[in-house]
Amino acid sequence: MATSEVNVKTAGVDPKTGEYRVVGEGQTFGSVTEKITQIVLTPHTPLGWFALFGIGGAGATMLLVAVTWLFLKGVGIWAITQPVAWGFAIINFVWWIGIGHAGTLISAILLLFKQSWRNSINRFAEAMTIFAVVCAGMFPLIHVGRPWLGYWLFPLPLTMDVWPQFRSPLLWDVFAVSTYATISVVFWYIGMVPDFGTLRDRAESKFAQYIYGMLSLGWRGSVRHWMRYETASLLLAGLATPLVLSVHTVISFDFAVAVLPGWHTTIFPPYFVAGAIYSGFAMVLTLAIPLRKFYGLEKLVTERHIDNMGKVMLATGFIVAYGYGLEAFMAWYSASHWEAFMFWNRMFGPMGWSYWVLITCNLAIPLTTLWVRKWRRNMTFMFLLSLVVNTGMWFERFVIVVTSLYRDFLPSSWGTYRATKWDYMTFVGTLGLFTALFLLFVRFLPMIPMNEIKLMLPSAKIKPKAAEAAD
Amino acid sequence: MPPREGTYGLLAEFDTPSDLVRAAQKARHDGWRRMDCYTPYPVEEAAEAIGFHRNKVPLVTLIGGLIGLCAMFSLETWISTLAYPLNIGGRPTYSWPAFVVPAYEWTILWAGLSAAFGMLALNGLPSLYHPLFNAPNFRNGASNDKFFLCLEALDPKFDLVETKAYLKTLDAVSVVEVEY
Repeated sequence: MATSEVNVKTAGVDPKTGEYRVVGEGQTFGSVTEKITQIVLTPHTPLGWFALFGIGGAGATMLLVAVTWLFLKGVGIWAITQPVAWGFAIINFVWWIGIGHAGTLISAILLLFKQSWRNSINRFAEAMTIFAVVCAGMFPLIHVGRPWLGYWLFPLPLTMDVWPQFRSPLLWDVFAVSTYATISVVFWYIGMVPDFGTLRDRAESKFAQYIYGMLSLGWRGSVRHWMRYETASLLLAGLATPLVLSVHTVISFDFAVAVLPGWHTTIFPPYFVAGAIYSGFAMVLTLAIPLRKFYGLEKLVTERHIDNMGKVMLATGFIVAYGYGLEAFMAWYSASHWEAFMFWNRMFGPMGWSYWVLITCNLAIPLTTLWVRKWRRNMTFMFLLSLVVNTGMWFERFVIVVTSLYRDFLPSSWGTYRATKWDYMTFVGTLGLFTALFLLFVRFLPMIPMNEIKLMLPSAKIKPKAAEAAD
Repeated sequence: MPPREGTYGLLAEFDTPSDLVRAAQKARHDGWRRMDCYTPYPVEEAAEAIGFHRNKVPLVTLIGGLIGLCAMFSLETWISTLAYPLNIGGRPTYSWPAFVVPAYEWTILWAGLSAAFGMLALNGLPSLYHPLFNAPNFRNGASNDKFFLCLEALDPKFDLVETKAYLKTLDAVSVVEVEY
């Protein structure tokens, strides 16, 4: 960033470098510890927390009701039928897991690229990943109709002597998503171990000392431990990066391997991965902007973070736009009657409105406004924009699933799709579950990695004795 | 292990990482080997100073990843060709390109688990008790904003009085004796 473009007097800009500060001015090792542990260790839970937790909990309860009824009655209570056999469950599955991908991108890919600004947002982005995967993983399981037979998906030596079929992308999904969930949880937990040590040492109550002490595994900060820890973190990041790319690629194979117009395209893997990151960054913004305000974390999650996330969204948004463009191009260039009809029907058929919602929310609004730095640094604007992109990305999956299915090859089998109240209750219920889990995380676990912030502070620089005297 | 008695070592406290690194370099130079530094965040220079240059986590991860890869690929091959051969659109029973995806995922799964648990095992964690937790300034120090150098009693150069005086010369803020 050239200094000339920026007004150096703007708050948040370091006059020496002309860059936005990653960590606000005047932070010390002690103040970082104090700020972050105090959020967790305070005996006073803010009233707003209870209010939001109540809303999230109500949503989660609604999910429980919807799923119980589903188990009693079967998937017939949903709107899925022929020809639209994949409805909300698959839309929500892809949407949630896509949201999760930004967390891994921030914690793993940006670590490998040495983007140290990600240090203050990686923990809650990882938490977001895990809770999103929890919500996502539920959908295929309840969609199979007999969830109590879910273990048939795994290669287990059962008495019936039946084994899974390894040529199906649906089975690949089982391995991709279960690996993703496991590695995300491990990465997240390992990242928190040293911070649990800090919480153990600062907790006042015996109970908190005991719990955080167990969770910290006896971490004592030995540099030998730290070096192995750093190696393991780097390796986990290196492993999570190909993993996150493969997960959404495999999910796109669920569609792309089918011979259906609208699904059978080779652009799907990169376009799905970019879309996942696009929606995931939107969700990070949806969570980060209120959090930094509510807990006064403006010096740790700075304008620079919001600005950078806006830039990542701009880039991934254009990859998504390329995907949409190529779909339209291939519908024409393939000279296939079915492809062309599917695309015309997608845009101008009875469900064409959903396509235009998607274009408005994913391309028209964000890709024109995100160019402006002033808007990227406007918290209200970015918060609203993140909601718009989340909506748009949900509609993208709706368009892919529903508008490719409801008018297939044979006009006599054409149908439509109208979600039932159980569909809506399940979807809104997962939003509630996600909110409730995230609030529990914010209240009881360190939401910003203390050791990684301390590493970025100017006082962490090792100076020779002479230089120190000069300071 | 029978409970040990006596002194574990002497713990010197420093205010800045630079002081710690200098002290550790000096101690290493003066022939100390049984020692360790304790810091609130990874201080690479301190590890270098005490002569800890490489670790075995990458090796463990590699072995774990290879185990995952071989396990899943052979399982898929065995199931698809011997245990439960299925004709899927006339494809060969040994359709290895399709087997790559689950094998790839299991490579990552086992490598990741080996990296995490291997790191903990090599660190000797979990170990909820450690003599250093007895030091009054260690709690809320090493995990917050203080930097420590511990010279351990197992080092042949260790002598309670002399070592204490030696640590004072390294500009330590305080020197505490740590009991088992």
